[in-house]
Amino acid sequence: MSVDTRVTFAGVEFKNPVVTASGTFGFGREYSKYYSLSELGGVCTKGLTVRARLGNPPPRMAETPMGMLNSVGLQNPGVDEFIKTELPFMRGFDTRVIANIAGETIEEYAELAEKLSGAGVDMIEVNVSCPNVKAGGMQFGVTASSVAAVTRETRRRSRVPIMLKLSPNVTDIAETARAAEGEGADAISLMNTLLGMRIDIKTRRPLLANNTGGLSGAAVFPVAVRMVWQARGAVKLPILGMGGISTGEDAVEMLLAGASLVGVGTASFSRPGAALSVRDGIAAYMREYGVGSVSELTGKVEIF
Amino acid sequence: MTAARSVFVVTDIRPLRRGIFSVTFDAPELAVSAEPGQFVHIKCGRSRPLRRPFGISDASGDKLTVVFEVRGEGTKWLAASEPGRRVDINGPLGHGFSSVVGDILIAGGGLGAAPMLFAARRARGRAVAVLGFRGAASAILTEEFESACENIFVTTDDGSLGLRGTASLPLGELLKTGRYSAVLACGPRAMLRAVAELSERAGVRCEVSLEERMGCGVGACLVCACRTKKDGADKMSRVCFDGPVFDSREVVW
Ligand SMILES: Cc1cc2nc3c(=O)[nH]c(=O)nc-3n(C[C@H](O)[C@H](O)[C@H](O)COP(=O)(O)OP(=O)(O)OC[C@H]3O[C@@H](n4cnc5c(N)ncnc54)[C@H](O)[C@@H]3O)c2cc1C
Ligand SMILES: Cc1cc2nc3c(=O)[nH]c(=O)nc-3n(C[C@H](O)[C@H](O)[C@H](O)COP(=O)(O)O)c2cc1C
Ligand code: FES
Repeated sequence: MSVDTRVTFAGVEFKNPVVTASGTFGFGREYSKYYSLSELGGVCTKGLTVRARLGNPPPRMAETPMGMLNSVGLQNPGVDEFIKTELPFMRGFDTRVIANIAGETIEEYAELAEKLSGAGVDMIEVNVSCPNVKAGGMQFGVTASSVAAVTRETRRRSRVPIMLKLSPNVTDIAETARAAEGEGADAISLMNTLLGMRIDIKTRRPLLANNTGGLSGAAVFPVAVRMVWQARGAVKLPILGMGGISTGEDAVEMLLAGASLVGVGTASFSRPGAALSVRDGIAAYMREYGVGSVSELTGKVEIF
Repeated sequence: MTAARSVFVVTDIRPLRRGIFSVTFDAPELAVSAEPGQFVHIKCGRSRPLRRPFGISDASGDKLTVVFEVRGEGTKWLAASEPGRRVDINGPLGHGFSSVVGDILIAGGGLGAAPMLFAARRARGRAVAVLGFRGAASAILTEEFESACENIFVTTDDGSLGLRGTASLPLGELLKTGRYSAVLACGPRAMLRAVAELSERAGVRCEVSLEERMGCGVGACLVCACRTKKDGADKMSRVCFDGPVFDSREVVW
């Protein structure tokens, strides 16, 4: 049986529902040594800021049971350098390019959206959920009013669809999702990492120099499925679901919960080809269960 | 471009010391391109979400060898390997030493001696090695260095083997001869810093192999950052991709 894996998401056509999660895939150069990026539905960039950022001091990583904490802190070359040296490389592949942006002020978010949409990215993911920076980041993602304000300004200044990347570190995901929808977001993505901490009991020091960091990987998967399902119930926007996906089965679960696209992040660290095996696993499921088009899976969980 | 084979078979595993093992894989694809200073990223069982980085301590013909110490769950899993076990290895990764030709000094501290053996062997008998250990009971690979190098000096903190003191002692003396074109080093950070200072004072190029906890191991996630400087400006480099070997003058200690 031939299956149709194409997805039209916020008006943009993706050849398959698998995109790489921001910050886990650089600008695609490194993993392009393992497979062609044209195999992917889309590639999402590391979080971009107006000026270059060095990020947080090391150590920036601590392994956890089936997951990891990171405190990178948005290290990136800055938006102009990205447009000059990285974007042309990414555009060389037949895949959708999603630019992930993070501002310290609402004006910076708007400026980034304007610049990047003019530079030829397919979509902008507005990161209001980075737990690792002092100014900006999660600060904008935890209240409905600030999500609304960032959405309004980025929507106004962007020529391409914008997707708000929501923080799981909130009491009610429906509230922030509705705030994004209310101001005209074209899509939402979730989830970013969960704020966490580890301590070395011998030295009594945190394992991360930033003390806290964001939890990702298989450990967070059930939380991500739950949040996508809740967001799906709250808004009509298409959802890019991510958080702990490492197999095709995980991805199908995320689609059933309400996602239209799925993101693969931490799983690539242990298996460089993880995103492709997720893609192939979705197709295998579709063939086995007679699903003609991948979009038929979105939100099809049958709730008790 | 398509994903190359990544599963390799253990051909030999043997203890060097209590808790320290040498494991060899039948891995011609990895061995053929491996350079001294590079590392491999090994999946140590299914229950660990991330791979573990290990310096390559030898690569020749079809074989690739790694020497490791049991530290936690991952290395414990690796230590339980037996010949025939299939292990998922990504590599060789990172940038190794820029050159191992000419009269070079090799400095290895503790377990950091292991990857330096590969450099010593590639130097084809022209290297002089200085190896520092805590004590005789933790000294490793001294015979192998003996046969690979022109000369070797061993130091221990307690004097139970070789000279008493740190590797800096013989290294300082050797540098005074003015004979060596480079110092290549791997070991604890404090040792690397001391080696770098000695070399810089003697005006000899020094390259050091750094360690940092890793996620992807291929340069994509930026968790393995170390602070470096180039042309006066500070930057964050990736130990896995820009390193693990760095010019000592670029490292911000
Ligand atoms: C470039 C490089 C080369 C290395 N070469 C060698 C070698 O040749 N022989 C050897 O014995 N060890 C080497 N190490 C250290 C080795 O990677 C760790 O001892 C190992 O990862 C510990 O894993 P574990 O599961 O046993 O320990 P755990 O403590 O359970 O590991 C928990 C997490 O911390 C990470 N981690 C723990 N210690 C280190 C460390 N020292 N450096 C980096 N990450 C660490 C692990 O990878 C894992 O993600 C090297 C490290 C790096 C970065
Ligand atoms: C090392 C690392 C860096 C990340 N950097 C970013 C970032 O720059 N911007 C962002 O929106 N999310 C970032 N994330 C979050 C991921 O995009 C993703 O939302 C999260 O990791 C959950 O997915 P996963 O479990 O599949 O990794 C990062 C995650 C990791 C592990
Ligand atoms: S471990 Fe991912 S960039 Fe180095």
